[in-house]
Amino acid sequence: MDNGLLRALRNLGQRVTSRIWRLGYASRFFLATILHSGTALGRINLTIREIYFTGVLSLIIILVSGLFVGMVLGLQGYDTLARYGSTEALGVLVSLSLVRELGPVVAALLFASRAGSAITAEIGMMKATEQLSAMEMMAVDPIARVVAPRFWGGVISMPLLAALFSAMGIFGGYLVGVQLIGVDEGSFWSQMQASVDFRQDILNGVIKSFVFGIIVSWVAVFEGYDAEPTAEGVSGATTRTVVTSSLAILAADFILTAFMFTGT
Amino acid sequence: MSRTTLDLWVGFFVAVGLGALLFLALKVGNMASSSSGETYAIQAKFDNIGGLKVRGAVKSAGVVVGRVTDIRFDPEAYLAVVTINVDARYKFPRDTFATINTSGLLGEQYIGFEVGGDTAMLNPGDTIKKTQSAVVLEKLISQFMFNKAAEDGGKK
Repeated sequence: MDNGLLRALRNLGQRVTSRIWRLGYASRFFLATILHSGTALGRINLTIREIYFTGVLSLIIILVSGLFVGMVLGLQGYDTLARYGSTEALGVLVSLSLVRELGPVVAALLFASRAGSAITAEIGMMKATEQLSAMEMMAVDPIARVVAPRFWGGVISMPLLAALFSAMGIFGGYLVGVQLIGVDEGSFWSQMQASVDFRQDILNGVIKSFVFGIIVSWVAVFEGYDAEPTAEGVSGATTRTVVTSSLAILAADFILTAFMFTGT
Repeated sequence: MSRTTLDLWVGFFVAVGLGALLFLALKVGNMASSSSGETYAIQAKFDNIGGLKVRGAVKSAGVVVGRVTDIRFDPEAYLAVVTINVDARYKFPRDTFATINTSGLLGEQYIGFEVGGDTAMLNPGDTIKKTQSAVVLEKLISQFMFNKAAEDGGKK
């Protein structure tokens, strides 16, 4: 009885310290990635290749989900606004909720599960098949050659994908609100333009998606690099990428929103 | 996949992404209309600004001519001091009358300029002398109720 309690306590302590150890290792890894990114930006072809795999191949899912999210916002927003007789504000509602929140956050969640998991699996498999060790043997730094281009590819792709998501969503809201339901087109656009501010709303949304891009790419490359070099280890690392980066995105979103959109 | 096709796709992706950003900036946001051009600042003191907010519009004859940039409380006069940035293209007479209006029944509040007949113009940093406060709906209703009650009382 006493022994069991002791063991549970020891387990708990071990779990906590291992988490902290991993966090420290991840931070050191992040710094190393930044320091070694000279190669990624110097040999730009490597990064362009990664932009293709993370950005271009995520286009379809981002565009289609953006369209549907915008259409749902149009329907739901119209329903609620109609109660107050101010359906002309539909454009404002759709655009503000997309540009400020849904665009960056939903695009980042999709990006984490579409591209982040792929990056982790790829690097994890490279580690499992000892390609990373082989590179080290040839005096090629795997962080500079493999990790940094993937990291920067993700960071560059994310804001572009979020902007596309928002633009597509606003188009979806326009389709449903104006074409389907029949909200006045002039007031839809003019009220939107009157209340969406470039610096306050759009630029802050871009900053958000940039931060999310860093978070997702960092988690993805780290989990891949730190994965246990077995098939089981890689699958576990892929799952952890999606879970960790989704939680980190939502937490970071709260913090950023608290900074950006309070007051006035 | 050969390198050139890949480059083409990435170029397409970046171009479309930047295009979406441009669409957001110009069509959705008010970057095109929010004159980043020259402005000059003037002040106006109000007894009560109601729900006026920073970045609120300033209109004359219904046209947006400026924006509210700052709202402070003057602790000596107990008045609200509103700073307005007016588009440098427009000059207003010294006796311009600033009122706080509401667009629609429950819409946003904005400052309206009613132009006077003075030949001297407002200079940057000047304060508008004549202002009218926001209409507080509750006060209006209570006034109406009291009047109604007084009328009814008189009849009896």
